[in-house]
Amino acid sequence: MNTNSQLVTHHRDDFGSKMGMWLFLFTELILFGGLFIMYMVYRVEYTEEFHLAAKELNLALGTLNTMILLTSSLTMVLSIVAIQRGSKKLSVFYLLSTIGLALAFMVIKAFEWGAKFSHGIYPGGEALANLSNGEVIFFGLYFVMTGLHALHVLIGVVILLFMLIFLLRGKINQENNIRLEAGGLYWHLVDLIWIFLFPLFYLLH
Amino acid sequence: MAENVTHDEDKHSPGYGYNILVWLTLLSLTCVTVAVAGLDLGPYILLTAMIIAAIKSTLVINIFMHIKFDDPIFKLFFSLIIFTLVVLFVLTAFDVLYR
Repeated sequence: MNTNSQLVTHHRDDFGSKMGMWLFLFTELILFGGLFIMYMVYRVEYTEEFHLAAKELNLALGTLNTMILLTSSLTMVLSIVAIQRGSKKLSVFYLLSTIGLALAFMVIKAFEWGAKFSHGIYPGGEALANLSNGEVIFFGLYFVMTGLHALHVLIGVVILLFMLIFLLRGKINQENNIRLEAGGLYWHLVDLIWIFLFPLFYLLH
Repeated sequence: MAENVTHDEDKHSPGYGYNILVWLTLLSLTCVTVAVAGLDLGPYILLTAMIIAAIKSTLVINIFMHIKFDDPIFKLFFSLIIFTLVVLFVLTAFDVLYR
């Protein structure tokens, strides 16, 4: 197939690729949208308990993670700008930075969750069982929503690692970089969801 | 047609400086939203936090996700999804608040 593509002009539909990625991202928005609606309903019902439970969360770590994700979004964009301007080295550097920041986010997240677990706050945990209904629901939503988000971060890391291999092998290059753009779109979606998760869980004091 | 679209994008794509400026704005807005949450705004806490989050996401979607520079069809589709979500939120909110 590779030998053929050198003889025959290979058809490529960047517009279609991008549309496909966006259609997938819309399903992601609906998925998280549903969870946000659930959050809203319970927050109206248990306003006081939500404020009380939110005090348990570490605002400093949450803010730091927000900064890290925003920065990773920047390095993602810069990686695309770099390859479009023909600098493979710079593009690889920015992409590696994005992956590094994503892993940093996960490490901080692990410390946060670890601290909760050690205090007995986890689904089925002793300390959680003694809290009021509203607080239990707050932590339930916290673990499900930030957990699903963290899963997306991990999937994002895998996608970006593939992009890194494509980039190093020259399959993503100055003329053909739609894959990097699509991977970038996924990464920005992860950032976008966190922009709403952060104030809803950490800024309730 | 696909080729034309790609070339149009390249012309309008913002460079390093512009993206860094957007990133700095996003970081400052994060500081603002944390600082504002420290104040005792009572019922307006959620409203201000959501307004700032909306501004931040508008920047991410338009600049980082290139919606502003892409074919208008992406903007239209995205708006339809946001509209659908807003309808779901508003209808559910009415049910929850005025039950």
